[in-house]
Amino acid sequence: MACFLVPMGEAIVATTVQKVVENREKKVGEEKTNNAGLRWSQRLGWLNKLLWGGTILLALEHVWHGEIVPWPPFLTAMENPANVSPMLHEMAVFGGAMAITITVVWGIMILIAELKAKAAVPRVKKSPASGGA
Amino acid sequence: MWLIMTALAAVIATAIWYVKAPEDKYKLGLLSLFFWGATLMWLVDHVIAYITEGGEFFEINLDATLLGVAVIVFALFVWEIVLVVSDPKGVLKKRVKKVETTVG
Repeated sequence: MACFLVPMGEAIVATTVQKVVENREKKVGEEKTNNAGLRWSQRLGWLNKLLWGGTILLALEHVWHGEIVPWPPFLTAMENPANVSPMLHEMAVFGGAMAITITVVWGIMILIAELKAKAAVPRVKKSPASGGA
Repeated sequence: MWLIMTALAAVIATAIWYVKAPEDKYKLGLLSLFFWGATLMWLVDHVIAYITEGGEFFEINLDATLLGVAVIVFALFVWEIVLVVSDPKGVLKKRVKKVETTVG
């Protein structure tokens, strides 16, 4: 009915966070990147692409099935008050599960990228002469 | 059917992205993540619907196939808009400069 609205909400929040983080990173500069060489704005970019891609294509599917219409209230489930409660239930169950799955998969992607990058970086022993403490 | 078709598109887009990696001039990473996002969401949708409502896991009919085609075409369309707006080859910039020099 409107399950894609939940990942869409997450996508809006994540996009806003990405913009804020991007601005902060520009101020701090390039030297503050982490060990994996991945900035947080890049990581959030992956999440946003997953979320927006899913949201846009699921919205198309809802249009195809006549669940979204170009006139108010836009969601056909909203036309009948009896359908509002099942719609909210579907949003919670299906939409919530979608958002959680995407976020978990993104977390796994980040973890793998971090581990790969750490494995690729050769370990350099700090010598007393370098002044490392 | 649209789940299978989107998953197939995601696999192909990812393979092409990997062949071209680490260069991502044409934003194939964006396209593959778009497809993967939709594939994951529909997979969750299908699994929950199958558990709670039962019935067939995959809808295989003409309507579902046409939806699959429409989804892929729409995703490619969105990707092309992003590509043209970002203009990684500078084609639009060159055109604008050419017009400016002709007018000027």
